[in-house]
Amino acid sequence: MDRPMDLHYTDAQEAFRAEARSWLDAHAPAPRSLASLDTAAGFEAHRAWEAELAADRWSVVSWPEEFGGRGVGILEWLVFEEEYWRAQAPLRVSQNGVFLLAPTMFEFGTDAQKQRFLPPMASAAEIWCQGWSEPDAGSDLAGIRSRAQRSDDEGGWVLSGQKTWASRGAFAEWCFGLFRTDPEAERHRGLTYFLIDMATPGVTVRPIPQIDGESGFAELFFEDVFVPDDLVLGEVGKGWNVAMATAGSERGLSLRSPARYSRAAERLVDLYADCLERDPDRARRSADSVAQAWMDAEAYRLNTLWTATRVLDGGSVGPEASANKIHWSQTDLSIHRAALDLLGPEAEFHGDGVDAPWLDGFLFALAGPIYAGTNEIQRNVVAERMLGLPRG
Amino acid sequence: MHFAFTETQIEFRDAVRQVLAKECTTDDVRAAYEAPAARTGRWDTLAQMGITGLAVPEAHGGLGLGLVDLVPIIEEAGRVVLPEPLAMTAGVAGPLLADVNTTAAGGNAHVVRWLEGVASGDLTAAVADARYPRLPVAGADGADLLLLVADGPDGPELHGIDAGHAPVVSVPSLDPTRRLGEPAWVPSPESLLASGAVAAWCIARTADRAAVVTGAELLGLADAMITRTAEYAKDRQQFGKPIGSFQAVKHLVAGAQVLLEFARPAVYGAAWAIDDGTGDTARAASVAKAYASDAALEASRISLQVHGAIGYTWECDLHLFLKRSWALAEAWGSAADHRARLIDSLLAEKP
Repeated sequence: MDRPMDLHYTDAQEAFRAEARSWLDAHAPAPRSLASLDTAAGFEAHRAWEAELAADRWSVVSWPEEFGGRGVGILEWLVFEEEYWRAQAPLRVSQNGVFLLAPTMFEFGTDAQKQRFLPPMASAAEIWCQGWSEPDAGSDLAGIRSRAQRSDDEGGWVLSGQKTWASRGAFAEWCFGLFRTDPEAERHRGLTYFLIDMATPGVTVRPIPQIDGESGFAELFFEDVFVPDDLVLGEVGKGWNVAMATAGSERGLSLRSPARYSRAAERLVDLYADCLERDPDRARRSADSVAQAWMDAEAYRLNTLWTATRVLDGGSVGPEASANKIHWSQTDLSIHRAALDLLGPEAEFHGDGVDAPWLDGFLFALAGPIYAGTNEIQRNVVAERMLGLPRG
Repeated sequence: MHFAFTETQIEFRDAVRQVLAKECTTDDVRAAYEAPAARTGRWDTLAQMGITGLAVPEAHGGLGLGLVDLVPIIEEAGRVVLPEPLAMTAGVAGPLLADVNTTAAGGNAHVVRWLEGVASGDLTAAVADARYPRLPVAGADGADLLLLVADGPDGPELHGIDAGHAPVVSVPSLDPTRRLGEPAWVPSPESLLASGAVAAWCIARTADRAAVVTGAELLGLADAMITRTAEYAKDRQQFGKPIGSFQAVKHLVAGAQVLLEFARPAVYGAAWAIDDGTGDTARAASVAKAYASDAALEASRISLQVHGAIGYTWECDLHLFLKRSWALAEAWGSAADHRARLIDSLLAEKP
């Protein structure tokens, strides 16, 4: 086990990279050629792209082959992501399923659940949204009030209540949600994690236009929605534990691969070089923030490799996931903020016929410190669980 | 790809941590403030463990290891504010002398003697920052060996001189254990170690190594300050509860911890890049030093703030950590210096 430190990928990993690159070069649509995935047409266009990825088993490379993957490890997944972002391939419309629900299902799901749900998730035949937040339960997630009442006669549960800020909720076929199954239990207990078919009678979806005007998330209303027992993920009453596994994926290694930021930082340096030609004084005023943003992305890449090695050596990711989430969300903002400063008066150009990748990216980045648990909540986790400070 | 230290490296680090916890308490650091000395009993202990010669080739009495082996140990030196110049002697002078020795035809008798002295712990070295060849040099006051940069007819030259031959004027520092000194010397053919392309190569490698080992020392300092501050925040009561239970305090400490978490792999990765010799080591070193400087400065800032007035006193040990952090944050390039160096390097590859 005493392997010396080595940051080179192996020949086999480089061969895997070459294969991925060659496939993506042949298949990936032109950058930004698909409509936004937060529109009905764009959602379907992105679904079609993911089906194409899946057909050649590139949609979920780290999953076992029986579920549509290639059974490769986390390092190969990172290599694939580097190539995916290098190719500027489309954003992943099934990210909530593939990156968040799937790791949780591998850990807690029954064999039947995995057989039923993972293959259509991999092919994007079924796209998932997340039903956690409620109007009165955001940062205080354990305060959720949506309820599931036992129905022994029917062999399942009857859900009622309201969820909100459900990403992909406007168009998704399935939802993974947290509901209170035991109203008497202490807050974190008595919750259960359900898999819900959005076509079930009683489910109403109200899309919410986001800051960019598109329906990236939705409110979900549940009125006596029946969910059978075999659609409970993990144990009844243990939903908090299951949800924290999902949250770990959301904050830790799974959701945001470093390639996303490395690629954006490279584009930022290109923009800086252009600006030096057009408006050298403006460029020089931004030199420090451009360098900082590039370093933030590089530090994220190195920290990811550090963490991935620990996981491969049998370690786990605990509260470090919260530090990770703070870092990637801040990095995304620092990259895009620096870009807008370089664009100067052009930064605000947006609308029909205007391609504004930096402004779109900035709007997206603004959500980072909020979703997946606000950065303030993550700082509490770092202080309490990494440094032992008392709960307030 | 395997980005982790080996068990042997971790065990060596832990052994050093145990020794330093006994031999370098804050009382010891305070004693060094009163009577700064380059070599002490503690230095001899480290030398006997092989640490001063860790990166010196085995042929010259060292362990023949690399920066990856040394960095976790330098981190421990930072954790206890070690007064002796371990990072400069073991992490910079030793490898620099080894570089010079590989390029000197037939070997250089002085260089071999110095390499052996570094390995045995018989000498401490001070190395000038090539960007400021005429400014005071950290550790020069009381050093045995001075490695200095001077302008020559073909660009920068590297010189080495036994300190006995170069009177050093002490320069005061906020941290007296830095032992700043201004060598009063005139470069001569006798002191010349390298010129031209060889000197440029040696100096560039030295700047990268120095940035990385200084970064490692800053990691240890930042970790020590955050740990002490978290302990203080658990003990200190106001409004009937520990101040560490207030979010305003938690968020200060957590912010510094996040920076430190990301500075660590940056420093370790840069140490590996230098040992490996492939890739852009200057960029890696710049990311490492910028992140480590910023992490230590943020840890310094929040530590003083969370301690409050007690942290502003001479009696509280915190100032020992603050002063070393402030000095090292600027040494071998500040965070801003390294960001400027990075942007130049990134632009250089654009058409």
